[in-house]
Amino acid sequence: MDLSFILVQLVSGLTMATLLFLVASGLTLIFGVGNVFNFAHGSFYMLGAYFAFQTVTALQINFWIGLVIASLGAGLLGMCAEFLFLRRIYGRAEEGGFQILLTYSFILVIDDIVKFVWGTEYKSLLRPAGLRGSVELGSITLPSFNVAIIVIGLLVVVVAWLILSRTRPGRIARATALDREMLSAMGVNVPLTMTLVFGIATALGGFAGALAAPLRTVTPGAGIEVIIDSLIVVVIGGMGNFWGAWFGALILGEVMAFAVAIVPEWASVVSYVVMVLTLIFKPEGLFAPRQTRTV
Amino acid sequence: MQEKKSYLSEAFLVALLVAFAVVPLLHPSSYQIMLASHILVWGLFAVAFNMLWGVTGMLSFGQALYFGVGAYAVGLMMKHLGQSWFLPGMAAGLVAAIVLAILVGLLIIRVSGVFFTVLTLAFGQLAWQICFRWYHFTGGDDGIQNLIPPGLLGNRFVYYYFTLVVVVVSIWLLLRLSQSPMGVLLRCVRQNPNRVPFLGLSVRYSQLRVYVISSLFSALAGSLAAGVDNSIHTDMLYWTTSGEVILMSVLGGIGQFFGPFIGAGAIIIIQDYVGAKTEYWSLIIGLVMMVMVLLLPRGVVGEAQALKLWLKSVRRSNGG
Repeated sequence: MDLSFILVQLVSGLTMATLLFLVASGLTLIFGVGNVFNFAHGSFYMLGAYFAFQTVTALQINFWIGLVIASLGAGLLGMCAEFLFLRRIYGRAEEGGFQILLTYSFILVIDDIVKFVWGTEYKSLLRPAGLRGSVELGSITLPSFNVAIIVIGLLVVVVAWLILSRTRPGRIARATALDREMLSAMGVNVPLTMTLVFGIATALGGFAGALAAPLRTVTPGAGIEVIIDSLIVVVIGGMGNFWGAWFGALILGEVMAFAVAIVPEWASVVSYVVMVLTLIFKPEGLFAPRQTRTV
Repeated sequence: MQEKKSYLSEAFLVALLVAFAVVPLLHPSSYQIMLASHILVWGLFAVAFNMLWGVTGMLSFGQALYFGVGAYAVGLMMKHLGQSWFLPGMAAGLVAAIVLAILVGLLIIRVSGVFFTVLTLAFGQLAWQICFRWYHFTGGDDGIQNLIPPGLLGNRFVYYYFTLVVVVVSIWLLLRLSQSPMGVLLRCVRQNPNRVPFLGLSVRYSQLRVYVISSLFSALAGSLAAGVDNSIHTDMLYWTTSGEVILMSVLGGIGQFFGPFIGAGAIIIIQDYVGAKTEYWSLIIGLVMMVMVLLLPRGVVGEAQALKLWLKSVRRSNGG
């Protein structure tokens, strides 16, 4: 195992981590702000990938425009899902379980709609023009699209963090997480905020799906794999914690990248091992604030 | 009131036993017997699942893990050791389920609420991955076929009555459990976990106990299913199996002991009529789930009881 192998795997892990983070950040955002667990988050990722396929491959539109359309599409559908369905069960006794069941029904419905519209066969997407080659970095060669994903992902992290911590909408979002009643007493339209946050979260999911589409094949049923990976991320990082999700994604991405290179058949099992180890030694997540753990 | 209720539940169980016992006499075709066996097996699975969720408030999305462990214990024993290992396979499945449920349970009861649910899902998918990848041992995606129980059990009728007796006895045990002081404690864990330590009892320990018990009976249902279908498949471990048992419970009603059993029967009969005609089965169950969660969260049995109470109150107020 020489140095360039390790470097290549590190970058490949970083790409994986970026995509994982983009999905997990949406999941963690809506959980942190709205206390909603969106089990169907992976389905919005899948919808993003299909929207990107539709615009880029079928309609021959530029990849970057397709990326924007896919994110907006997933976000709009997310807002509809929140406005039409999820909103109706807020505040019900044992809400958590019913949230999971309702969003589980979204998974089933979205999966079949996708099968109905696009069929069951695998779809693929070309990498955007200009990013099909590779970059030379000293002695190692890296695919330029992977590097672009890492850069875009880092930009999204910084922008999202700046919005959440420095702007008025970000402050409202954080206040929603703390005390909804007080917030509405101060004249903020809380239900609208919830719908918007849900839309942003699902748009992030769709964005990740569209961005990952050229690297992975697009298939129905991708949603559940993605949701489990992002769950492992938030279990490692601590749910509702923005930076925790980032570190969780980084750890899982790197572990997965090396596992794929060293024990390819068992790579998917390795990610669970990381999760189990986290659970044994720090069940509240490595970066969670202390009060997450309840009886 | 309590005594009357217990008497009613046991009467229902006897009625169930009689109704299912006459099925082969009325419809001796293997198809009808298969359908009735499926209802029995999934009914037990759903009732065992509801001990976790409806009674204790722990929504597990990974009970397919134990259903699959039961089935695979039978299948692997018969595949690697021979046909006569059916009953030892069932016993091995139960032991394996207990050991696994204690190990996994100790890890996942450390978190609660949504986290508990997603961890059960993750462990279920881990088991599915292992089973799927370990081709030369488990048969991977091909599953294991030709699992014909040995001797007398190989007879379709005998196996049906064997299933019936095992399922009814198991459900009776679970009913006794839910009516026992421990059942009261488990309800207390759901309704007011902060109070439990005041009674000198442990929330975590109660949760672990019911998790192991539920998993044990899920494994029993899985091992019975192996003999009903004469084959097993990795799908038994897949998360959709966990989802289906949840749907059955929600449809029937999680607040009633027999609700999940009725939900299981309804889903299997609907699947029998509709599932064969459409490739969009998951769309249908998705829509059913949506309607139940949004409009009828108490389930069919629960809503029917609520309706009965409401009618009674209307009649009483009319009568003066």
